[in-house]
Amino acid sequence: MTMNEAPRFSEERLQEIQALVARYPGPQSALLPVLHMAQEDFGYLSLDVQKYVAEVLGLTLIQVREVVTFYTMFREQPCGKYLMEVCTNASCMLNGADELVRHMCDKLGIKVGETTPDGMFTVTEVECAGACSGAPVVQINNVYHENVDAAYIDAFIEKASKEDAA
Amino acid sequence: MIPSDPKQVTQICFDRIRIPDQRRLEVARANGAYSFLPTVLNEFNSEQIIEEVKKSGLRGRGGAGFPTGLKWSFVPRNTGKPTYLLCNADEGEPGTFKDRDIMRYDPHLLIEGMIMAGYALGVRDAYIYIRGEFVAEARVLNEAIAEAYAANLLGENILGSGYSMHLTVHRGAGAYICGEETALIESLEGKPGRPRFKPPFPAVEGFYRCPTVVNNVETLSTIPAILKHGGDWHAAIGAPNSAGCKIFSVSGHVNRPGNYEVPMGTPLKTLIEDYCGGLKRGTVPKAIIPGGSSAPWLTSEHYELPLTFDDLVKAGSMLGSGAIIVMDETADVIKIARRLSHFYAHESCGQCTPCREGTGWLERLMIRLEAGKARASDIEVLRDAAEHMAGRTICALADGAAAPVLSMLKHFPEEVRARVVEKAA
Repeated sequence: MTMNEAPRFSEERLQEIQALVARYPGPQSALLPVLHMAQEDFGYLSLDVQKYVAEVLGLTLIQVREVVTFYTMFREQPCGKYLMEVCTNASCMLNGADELVRHMCDKLGIKVGETTPDGMFTVTEVECAGACSGAPVVQINNVYHENVDAAYIDAFIEKASKEDAA
Repeated sequence: MIPSDPKQVTQICFDRIRIPDQRRLEVARANGAYSFLPTVLNEFNSEQIIEEVKKSGLRGRGGAGFPTGLKWSFVPRNTGKPTYLLCNADEGEPGTFKDRDIMRYDPHLLIEGMIMAGYALGVRDAYIYIRGEFVAEARVLNEAIAEAYAANLLGENILGSGYSMHLTVHRGAGAYICGEETALIESLEGKPGRPRFKPPFPAVEGFYRCPTVVNNVETLSTIPAILKHGGDWHAAIGAPNSAGCKIFSVSGHVNRPGNYEVPMGTPLKTLIEDYCGGLKRGTVPKAIIPGGSSAPWLTSEHYELPLTFDDLVKAGSMLGSGAIIVMDETADVIKIARRLSHFYAHESCGQCTPCREGTGWLERLMIRLEAGKARASDIEVLRDAAEHMAGRTICALADGAAAPVLSMLKHFPEEVRARVVEKAA
């Protein structure tokens, strides 16, 4: 989708949404799931996407806006091809999460919250991922990576960069 | 198989968790899943089930420890409104990762528990509210639910019993507060997760203002065993006022972090030494957060404490979600308290002033303290702010935010003093 094109769900998606709405007492309940779908389909939740979601569910824009801004998983800005979310809460911190974040940022030449200039990697810190036995935990594009260390991250970044260049 | 002699029982929810492919209906059924469900649907009535659950002594496994049977008995009948069952799978309390294992390895146990609970409460529509990050776990649940529908274990007229229930998995989107049951309800209604005033309690006015029961994953997963073996059987497991087994999620400075289900009353030291392979360094822990990050800290003097609701309260803390974060002698307790202060400041929903403002104050003062830039007067402000937040808000997030700070001040005054500067630069 280019920036100028109006966002539109596929027919298949629209049917999926219709079936989803029927599972709740009211259509607003489908808002979080539909925003997840929109983020998956459009990459991030631009204002245009939010307006479109409001229209699809018959909600006001403010009802969508207050949900998008309340929940941390919803992004209003694009991120890198690989979104690397490092848990730095207590258990991960006790197992070296801070050092891991520093290593990732140094290696990629970015700060926490930033994306590499080639649009490949974004590094963020997140709250407890609920997988503390595998501390430190890094979620990469919604997949959990546990007991992560610097060597693991280096290998991941190298592999991803190679694949992208190929 | 769970033994029918309660004295022999060592685990309940995790009894079948290590069986390969247990997430698949065929395998789960071969190992006894849903075997007692027809008996419950055809021979038990609602009052009997609630009575058995009351007798069982089961207390909520999500954090508050409220008696499950009592919660169910608060639901008014014949109101003309639907009753909803919501499974709290938000699992956001730092240190907690137990429900994840039930959902990804034995989802049919949870589904069976929800059908039984739904039947007892007269529920037609039930939902599992799972934290948004658990994408893989939600997928496993959805596959298991699809299999259950295909086998007529869900949907209309379940196994010909006349009872119908529909089950939907609903992903959150990254908000700790949605683990609080009224915030969870708001979120499931498609709104920001801001806790509601209580009363009215959800049992009377919850999801879409209808009677609603919210139960944790582990709580609901205990129901099949209770109904099969009886409430008295369950009550005889564990310790007085802390019946049954409990999954403890142990993390931090231990050699084998993980989930361990043990009978209630098992000593903390046994759990850490015998199950978790002991501490990474040293012989006694420097600090232990026993019930998730909102629980006040314990120290080495409590190392032999039996893990029960009452013993933890007596020690000044709480059992909470059963998440145990262990810190050995190398831990920087000021850094940990600062990190947890950041967590609560980030996760405060913002509707109550003492919490919205207080969590920010705690974090800023903790940053100053960790950096060695705090004065003695800052410590007094820190203590004062923490003490004045707890108990003054709609939900318990503010209490949780105060706990690490007050614990640090109580147990490690020397370390705090050593970090304070005498005079401002």
